[in-house]
Amino acid sequence: MPMPISMPMATLSDATPAVAVQGLNHWYGRGATRRQVLQAVDLRIQPGEVVLLTGPSGCGKTTLLTLVGALRQVMEGSVRVLDQELLGSGRGDRQRIRRQIGMIFQGHNLLRCLTAEQNVQMGSDLLPGLSYRARRDLAREWLRAVGLEDHMGKLPHDLSGGQKQRVAIARALAAEPRLLLADEPTAALDRRTGRDVVLLLQSLAREQGCAVLMVTHDPRILDVADRLVQMEDGRLWSAEPALVG
Amino acid sequence: MSPPLPWRERRIPLAWLLLIRQPARLAVALAGICFAGILMFMQLGFRDGLFDASITLHKLLDADLVVISPRTMSSIAMAGFPRRRLVQVTADPDVVGTTPVNWNQLLWRNPETRTTRSILTLGFEPGDSLFLPSALGDQARLLTQRGRVLFDELSRPEYGPVARWMKEGRTVETEVAGKRIRVAGLVSLGASFGADGNMLTSRETFLRLLPNTPPGSIELGLIRLRPGADAAAVAQRLRQRLPKDVAIYSKRGFEEFEINYWRGSTAIGFIFTLGAAMGFVVGCVIVYQILHSDVSDHLPEYATLLAMGYPLRDLLGVVAREGFLLAILGYLPAWLTGQMLYVMVRKGTGLPVQMDSQRSLVVLAMIFTMCMASALLAMRKLADADPAEIF
Repeated sequence: MPMPISMPMATLSDATPAVAVQGLNHWYGRGATRRQVLQAVDLRIQPGEVVLLTGPSGCGKTTLLTLVGALRQVMEGSVRVLDQELLGSGRGDRQRIRRQIGMIFQGHNLLRCLTAEQNVQMGSDLLPGLSYRARRDLAREWLRAVGLEDHMGKLPHDLSGGQKQRVAIARALAAEPRLLLADEPTAALDRRTGRDVVLLLQSLAREQGCAVLMVTHDPRILDVADRLVQMEDGRLWSAEPALVG
Repeated sequence: MSPPLPWRERRIPLAWLLLIRQPARLAVALAGICFAGILMFMQLGFRDGLFDASITLHKLLDADLVVISPRTMSSIAMAGFPRRRLVQVTADPDVVGTTPVNWNQLLWRNPETRTTRSILTLGFEPGDSLFLPSALGDQARLLTQRGRVLFDELSRPEYGPVARWMKEGRTVETEVAGKRIRVAGLVSLGASFGADGNMLTSRETFLRLLPNTPPGSIELGLIRLRPGADAAAVAQRLRQRLPKDVAIYSKRGFEEFEINYWRGSTAIGFIFTLGAAMGFVVGCVIVYQILHSDVSDHLPEYATLLAMGYPLRDLLGVVAREGFLLAILGYLPAWLTGQMLYVMVRKGTGLPVQMDSQRSLVVLAMIFTMCMASALLAMRKLADADPAEIF
C-alpha cells in the first residue's frame, strides 16, 4: 500500500533546515592509530523530510548519526541541528538539544523494569510544564497510535520484538521531537513486521512535521524515503532525491 | 487550574520500580542491610546493657546526693572515708537524712557445695533508709539481730539454692568471711557487672565480719534532701564546706561515674563498638555490591536515558533514591528483629537491654550512612554510561 505524500515540500525547503551539516570531519583514535571516519560530509534535512542513509557497515553512518544526535562532540566542521550549532557545544548544551531529538535504536533499549506505558512516559516526562496525569495520558495516546492499547501494562519481556520496537517509537515520539534519528530500526525484526514498523514511523513523523534520519541496510524499506543518501568510506557520495510511491 | 507542584513534578518512580521488579536482588540487599542493622543493634545493645548492668544497685539507692572517697575508682574497689563527714553534711539546712554505708566484697560459702565465692556486702544501720522502698520493704528490721543477713535472690546460682531453701521454710546458715551468719530474708536487687551476688547486713555485723575495718570509716554516704531542694547547688555548697577527702556526686552522677569506669578502663566499650563497626562495614560492602551490579546491569538503559536528554543528575538521583529506599526498607525489619532479640537476651542473660530511642536513631543513622555512601560509590559506575555507544 503506497503512502500518499501530502507534504508541501516547497514551503518547507525555505524554512530553516532541521539538520545542516557542512564540511564535517571526524576521527577515531589518536596519534599513529588515528583514523578518519568522516570526510567533508555535507547534509541538509528539511523539517518533515524523511532521509534514509545507507552504505556498507563501518563506513561511518552510525558516527554521523551520533554526531547529529548530539551524543558525541563535533571535532571539525559545522553541525547545526534544530538551529543550534553543535561544534564547540558543552555537555549540558548537548543534553538540552537531545531533548528535542527522538532516537530509535537497533535494539529497542526499553527500560526492563518499566511497563510499556511507563517506558513511553519516560519520553513524555521530558516535556516541561505538564502534569503527571497529562504526561501519562500522552503516553497512552502514543501507545494507542502505535496500536498497543491492549499491552500498556506489560513489561518489555512480555512483548514481541515488533511490539517492543513500536513501544520505542512511541517513546521517541512522546517527547514531541522535531528530529528523529533511527539506527537500523528493522534489524531485529522479520520482514513484514519491519516494514510495518517503518511505515508507522514514517506516518507518525509526518503528522508531527518531524524530520527523520534513518540508517538502514534493509532494501525493502527504501521506498518510504523522501530522499536516499549513500555513504562509503566516510563520504556521502550520492545524495540524489528518490521518488517514492 | 494547574495541580499543586509536587503532583506536577511527579515522575515515574524509577528507583522504586528498579528495586521491586528485581525481587531476588532486593531480597539479598535487604537481607544484607537487615543483618548489618541487627548486628549493630545487638553489639550496641550488649554494650549499653553491660554498662547499665553495672549500676543495678546504684539505681536502687535512696539518695539525692552521694558521698564517696576521691580514691574510689569503681564499685568493685571502694575506698573508705571518715564517717564524720556525713555528720558534717547534716549541718546543711537542705539535708533531711543521711545513711552511712559499708561496701565491700566478702567471701560467701555456698551452703550446699561448700565452695566460696565473692559477694558484694552492704552494711547499714537497719533504722536508716538504704534503698528505695520498692526494693527493700520493711525487711531491714530483720537485721537488728547480730549475725543476720538479707540475701539477694537474683544473685547468680553459684551462691547456692538459698532462695529455694528459704521459700521452703528451711533455716539457711552459712559462712561469710569465715564467720557464721544466718539468712534472715530475701531481697530482689539484681546481679550487676561487678558483683555476681549481693547481701545486706547491719553495720554491726559487717564490722564483725570484717574486723579490720576502722569503725569510723565508711565507703558510701547517702544524702537525702528536702523536697524541692536544688541538688546541684547543695552539692556545690558541700564541696566547698567539706575537706578534700570526700567527693560528692548526684545520684545520676554516681551512676555515670561507675559507667565511665567500665567504659574507659576496660575493653568492653571498644569490643562492642568494634563489633558494631564490623556490622557497618559488612553492610556497606553488601549494599555497594548490590547497587554497583544494579547500575552495571542497567548501564545501556541509563545510557538510553542520557541519549533521550535526561541530565546525568537525574540518573544520580535514581541511584541515590535506591540507596534511600534500601535504607528505609532494611531498617524496619532490623528494628523489629532487634526488638525481638532484645527480649530473648533479657530472658536469657538478665542483662537490661532495651530498645531505646537513642540507639534506634544511632542505628538508623548508621544504616542511612551505609546506604548513601554505597550509593555514592556506585554512582561512579554511571560515568561509564556513554550515550554515544548505544547506537
